[in-house]
Amino acid sequence: MGCGVSKSNQFHKNSGKAIKSAVLIQRWYRQFVARKEMRRRYTWHIFQSIEYSGEQAQIKLYNFLGYLMDNFTPASNERNLISHIFRENEVCRDAEWERYFCYKNIEVPDLYSGPHLTFPLTVEQAVGLVEAFRNKKQLHSRYVLQLLLETWKQLRLLPNINRISTCHSKEITICGDLHGQLEDLLLIFYKNDMPSLEKPYLFNGDFVDRGKDSIEILIILFSFLLVYPSEVYLNRGNHEDHIVNLRYGFTKEVLSKYRMHGKRILKLLQKIFSWLPLATVIDQKVLVIHGGISSTTDLSVLARVDRHNYNSALRPPKKRHQRVAGESIDSDEEAGSTNKVFQRRPSLTSPRTLTRNSFQNRSLQDFSDRLRANTVEEVEVHKRLPGPLGPENDTSQSCESISSEDEWKQILDLLWSDPMAQDGCVPNEVRGGGCYWGPDVTEDFLNRHNLQLIIRSHECKQEGYEFCHNRKVLTLFSASNYYDVGSNRGAYVKLGPDLVPYLVQYQASSMIRELSVRQSAGRSERSANKVLREQLFAHKSDLICAFKKFDSENKGRVSLANWASAVESVMRLGLPWRIMRSQLVTGRSADSSIDSSIDYYEWFNELAIKGANADHIDQSLLETLYRHRSTLETIFRIVDADNSGFITMEDFRQTWKLLSVYLKMEITEEAISDLAVTIDSNQDGSIDIEEFMEAFRLTDKKSRLERGRSMFMGTATDLTKLEGDPHI
Amino acid sequence: MSRRRSEQRLKRLIMSLTTRWMSGELWQYREREIGTIIYSLGCFPSQADLHDLIAEVEEDQTGYIHLDSFLPAMSKVLLEHKFPPIPEDLLLQAFEVLDKEKKGYLEPEELTKYMTQEGELFTQEEMDEMLTALADHEKNVVYYKDLINQLTIDPDM
Repeated sequence: MGCGVSKSNQFHKNSGKAIKSAVLIQRWYRQFVARKEMRRRYTWHIFQSIEYSGEQAQIKLYNFLGYLMDNFTPASNERNLISHIFRENEVCRDAEWERYFCYKNIEVPDLYSGPHLTFPLTVEQAVGLVEAFRNKKQLHSRYVLQLLLETWKQLRLLPNINRISTCHSKEITICGDLHGQLEDLLLIFYKNDMPSLEKPYLFNGDFVDRGKDSIEILIILFSFLLVYPSEVYLNRGNHEDHIVNLRYGFTKEVLSKYRMHGKRILKLLQKIFSWLPLATVIDQKVLVIHGGISSTTDLSVLARVDRHNYNSALRPPKKRHQRVAGESIDSDEEAGSTNKVFQRRPSLTSPRTLTRNSFQNRSLQDFSDRLRANTVEEVEVHKRLPGPLGPENDTSQSCESISSEDEWKQILDLLWSDPMAQDGCVPNEVRGGGCYWGPDVTEDFLNRHNLQLIIRSHECKQEGYEFCHNRKVLTLFSASNYYDVGSNRGAYVKLGPDLVPYLVQYQASSMIRELSVRQSAGRSERSANKVLREQLFAHKSDLICAFKKFDSENKGRVSLANWASAVESVMRLGLPWRIMRSQLVTGRSADSSIDSSIDYYEWFNELAIKGANADHIDQSLLETLYRHRSTLETIFRIVDADNSGFITMEDFRQTWKLLSVYLKMEITEEAISDLAVTIDSNQDGSIDIEEFMEAFRLTDKKSRLERGRSMFMGTATDLTKLEGDPHI
Repeated sequence: MSRRRSEQRLKRLIMSLTTRWMSGELWQYREREIGTIIYSLGCFPSQADLHDLIAEVEEDQTGYIHLDSFLPAMSKVLLEHKFPPIPEDLLLQAFEVLDKEKKGYLEPEELTKYMTQEGELFTQEEMDEMLTALADHEKNVVYYKDLINQLTIDPDM
């Protein structure tokens, strides 16, 4: 040392300053990180609410259509439009199905450069398919149908609950939701090798929808299933459901990739989905299911159900008054009983008649309650009747304490439920199906069934996985960048004989690596903000109404506090609007808010969205169109019974009438004609659904250039907040 | 503005900022979580301040905080401007003090040394995060002047 006193004073003064500076920087940095985390959370929240409300909207739509079916007279036009989606299957026997799905007369042209398949399938062919899809090839419909038929045969042999063991020190790899994101599957295979005798795999549902390569993923999974039937396992997810597929893009994807045979492929897939196993148990200790459980979940019941009766988990079961064990679902008798059921229902619902309002508020729980009430009445009726139903059916009814609604609820819960932090079990109102279950339910369930862990998927997690309920429940999600580039990682889990989960994370897309943490968070945020701005615009009239309540003198301005309050009352997203104000109120309306008040008319101008041919269309109709874009498209696809992509003018009108009933809005004949004229440019009396949606695709003024890879462009979900809102 | 009304608003804001609550409004806190809430409300407490605040509101060291205890304490903090934000120029000066050679940037090692050895120490994890977030990708140094301009967020309350 040897420094003089003054020097050491200097030294101490300097280091004192340095320490103070360090503290300041530390404090500042921690605040910065916290802010970033907060923004990430509500960005996430935005995406997730919109996703879940879309699911809820789909269920509501489905309920609404069911209501129509129940309450309209047979001759009614609306009923005819949609009856076909409620008819379980056309009247066919197995032999007829084979003929319908026959691929043998489909010719593969010489020009075809994709893979050729021969059956029985070999490993080389399965691997070849992966390579082919990596190189963006498409499998010919002949081979698709052939593959699906083989898959169907295979799946029918499987039990409802797969039971596997990690013997011979084999580790099993479990993957969560893939949602048509082929890149993620390829990444998993790259990191973890493809399925083989030494490498068993379990895929936990939601293979399709949203991503653009759903059919390719199915083809790969099914091929490996056929090649390694004892090493590859599939669980059904809530998206393995044709009703859900109508909204979320899988139906559209298949029809556009397979113009000629898409319809058949979809029909065959409906059957295949219903034959997918519901759950898997590993080493009798670990349960793997797509959604979750409820307080009534019972594996012994689930093991016994006829799972293939549930084409769509959203649909309550038909009455099985004449069911005889072992009878094929595709028999004439079944179709007969369906008709009877539809005729019977209106009279039985009269004690609890649905009003137009009530169906909107209900989740599927209510649906099943209603059914339960009906069943009791029906059983009573049968007991009094002599004749064809006979005593043996009565005893079978009373012996089987498990009714078909109970079965249905079991399956619904398995595929749609989400865990929550609080104890208990409540209906999952957000999604509209299944329930929220708490740690106590997990504990009880695991004890009852002598299990130690539940692995499920169904929810997107930022890290690709998340433990909860005291590490007894593991959520696993394998679609990275799900909401947007950089939004989240994907993960898969490896489970060996010790049954300790070993997690591997990844993130697809080469773009990610170059984005710094700051950049990728910003991107997600911008994307979420864009979606949010669209939604705000779509609710313009309601918002203006809400603002006016705070603006009694009609100045066109509201304070920041009131702005936030009004926005929340309309949007009901539970977001910190005041903190987000700077991203949502931009441009001139932001500048003019010097005194922290907001010029709301100016704000809407900034948010303004204009469609291509839309100028002559009534503004409020435009807004409706925009807000319910996804529902509208779904209804179109339902109406388009032969999946041709076209509907007639007459059907178009009927569709709008349906929509106006559903939304409880006035849409005049004139307005509808205006719309029709805009679309049917060649005047041939039919409307191309795609063209219609394109014409009104309503791009945001700001971001036409920012089209990017937003999940919400093609299959945008809408925020239908029709639940219980008397003002709509 | 009455204290009560501001507390109500604060309560709504906090509930919208946090992830799912434990049964009702009893909240199992993780230290970072509280810090996150407080920081995003525009306050800049030090770690010591944070600990004091938590000690004040925690339910008998159970690791739980009841929202009803947290709210008044938080309201007080906000109304009294107890932990004001750090002005930009002061922050700049702080960086300049650390940048002894006046280069205009900081080497990762320099910054690491200060952050992990002085003041309210960073964990290794925090340090890694900071460098990933703030360091220039190509040159691998921290250009603090640019950062301050880009990253200082005004508390938007």
